[in-house]
Amino acid sequence: MHLVLNEDEQMVRTSCADFLAEQAGPDLLRQLRDSDDPTGYSGELWDNMIELGWAGVLIDESFGGLGFSHAGMGQISEYAGSTLASSPLFSTAIVGASVVALAGSKNHKESLLPAIASGEMRLALAIDESSRHDPHRVAMTATPSESGYTLNGQKTFVVDGHVADRLIVAARTSGQSGESQGITLFLVPYDAEGIEITRSIMVDSRNAAEIVCSDVHVDQAAILGSMDEGMTILAAVLDIGNAHLSSELLGIAVACFDRTLAYLKERTQFGVKIASFQALQHRAATLWIEIELCKSIVLKALRALDASSPDAPLLVSMAKVKTCKIAELATNEAVQMHGGIGMTDEYDIGFFMKRARVVQALLGDQRYHLNRCAQLSGY
Amino acid sequence: MQDLHHFRDKTREWLEENCPQSMRKPMLEKDKCWGGRNFVFQSDDQALWLERMSAVGWTAPAWPKSYGGGGLNPDQVKILREEMMAIKARAPLSSMGIGMIGPALLKFGSETLKQQHLRPMVRGEIRWCQGYSEPNFGSDLAGLQTKADDYGDYFLVNGQKVWTSYADEADWMFALVRTDTEVGKHSGISLVLFDMTSPGVEVRPIKLISGTSQFSETFLDDVRVAKDQVVGDINNGWIVAKYLLTHERESIGGIGGVTGQRSLGAEAIEAVGLKAGRLDDEVLRSEIAAWEVDFRCHQLTTERVKDEIASFGVGNTSAMLKYSGTELNKRRHELSIALQGMAALEWNEASPSRTWLRSKGNSIEGGTSEVQLNIIAKRILGMG
Repeated sequence: MHLVLNEDEQMVRTSCADFLAEQAGPDLLRQLRDSDDPTGYSGELWDNMIELGWAGVLIDESFGGLGFSHAGMGQISEYAGSTLASSPLFSTAIVGASVVALAGSKNHKESLLPAIASGEMRLALAIDESSRHDPHRVAMTATPSESGYTLNGQKTFVVDGHVADRLIVAARTSGQSGESQGITLFLVPYDAEGIEITRSIMVDSRNAAEIVCSDVHVDQAAILGSMDEGMTILAAVLDIGNAHLSSELLGIAVACFDRTLAYLKERTQFGVKIASFQALQHRAATLWIEIELCKSIVLKALRALDASSPDAPLLVSMAKVKTCKIAELATNEAVQMHGGIGMTDEYDIGFFMKRARVVQALLGDQRYHLNRCAQLSGY
Repeated sequence: MQDLHHFRDKTREWLEENCPQSMRKPMLEKDKCWGGRNFVFQSDDQALWLERMSAVGWTAPAWPKSYGGGGLNPDQVKILREEMMAIKARAPLSSMGIGMIGPALLKFGSETLKQQHLRPMVRGEIRWCQGYSEPNFGSDLAGLQTKADDYGDYFLVNGQKVWTSYADEADWMFALVRTDTEVGKHSGISLVLFDMTSPGVEVRPIKLISGTSQFSETFLDDVRVAKDQVVGDINNGWIVAKYLLTHERESIGGIGGVTGQRSLGAEAIEAVGLKAGRLDDEVLRSEIAAWEVDFRCHQLTTERVKDEIASFGVGNTSAMLKYSGTELNKRRHELSIALQGMAALEWNEASPSRTWLRSKGNSIEGGTSEVQLNIIAKRILGMG
């Protein structure tokens, strides 16, 4: 498990850096925001990503995917962060595809994975029912009916829930909200009868959805994985999701740092470049060190996932803790060191701060994951 | 590859045959073998282990054989370390000679100096100490005022050095002295070597906030240093010193002290106890978990830097690791005494307060944290 990229991974890194620098960036996000785009992402960017095979980046080649490692995909996630690329990549290609690959039956895989890889199908994972992430707190019920199950309840802040073709819904088939046992995953079409999806616009100009299920009927084949055992799959998928969110946060931190350093070298006050002030030099150097520390834990977490290491859950939570903290620091320092101009909407740096906070909160912020680190370490 | 396999087999065999059983146990600070004229071996095995390892040059495995080293390439050095680790073999010799001045001699020293000094270092016959800091020149090391006046084929050195580690036990000193007062401060410095028994050398130990220490003040009064004992060119000492300091930063940032220790989490469980599987102090619990995260990040970064150096041959990172490692060590000791409450603050020889207090020096010695940040800002980030 070397902590340097191999040749293939380096190639992915270089090519995705070029592609996203050209195709994404704050301007595109600004344009989507200002045009009140109903999807919240650029169809053209997503089409081009599909063209490159990214929709199936983690999907096995036998199902039409690219079969990348997490370490390889992590490079794309990082640059998605540094270029603020808005797309269904995370909800569909990382989280959605992983649920199907880990929990799906042979039928599910054959029908869904090629469709995901070809970009025909977008997915969204609906777990949380309250504003702060807690995958055990599932109260939505799935009660047996004549030909399947009936879902009742609500889900909140479902990323890309308003554009997904299918929702992966965590519902309770036994037990109480708060228990890990008794959760089952269901595949639900977005247009099922009784389902109501409301788009909510987030501070980062991207989208999440409120979903209400009122007597939504699904058949037996809608169950992904084992009955009552959904938490096992969720835990693995959340680790995958959080590792890639950590990569994205790293990308955001790096972008903020690079932009801020460039600004310090160009801004003149008191007749000198402000980069010559030691107060700013030390803050920049400290931030640079912290970002270097992030790089190591993120790559280690991705490699641990690839190796199915028993250490992976702890390493992923550590990576999320560290990248959350440092993305928070980097975005705060970036605005402060840019001074007044950093507070203006016209300047791009604020977009990074907004995106960082959403990614931090997604699937558990630094506090959630610090608690998990302690639990996994036996205290 | 075939050759390396063969080397590994031969090395394993040799170590098995030559490493005494008592030298295959964990080593505390007091068990280190420093060598030198005045060193008293703890046991016959300790002396034998040094004798055998230095005979094949493995106390300095990467140095050329012509200077007494092992002549091993980097892959072979790695294998030797791995095989030593596998049988828990102790380092046969702890040496500021091999760790610091030796590499500088190999790079900058004259043939005469190499022939004179390297072999005794490898064999642990001469123990070295470093004369850098002065009372008024710590972080601003280049301002140093210890003067070396030219008397033809020798210098007379006058001044005062401070924070000289193990000066009271060392045989020779490598010291930075001013050989030209007319030029810019970086340009008039030379690195010289002299015997600590020379007339005019006086050593006074320093007591720290943590108690007795390895540090001393060294007073130099008309100490005679032969001209051929200058490392590199006269007035070019700053270049040599910078090279040498990089080695020092790496060894302090690696903080061997931390890696061998029990995890802080385990220490916390023992001190505070668990309640329903959670540490029975929520505030401490989150501080400890946060430290563990940062420590893992530091360890992994050390590993990543090694991998990068192995793959790309460069690493501009010793300042980063020094900063991060020492700041973490200080935080660890604060948490460690917090866990033990008042008991940690009892003043006796074994008190954890000793190591807690001593850790405060980590971010001062070998270049302060602030100096590390300066280095990063200027050399890596290009901030003028």
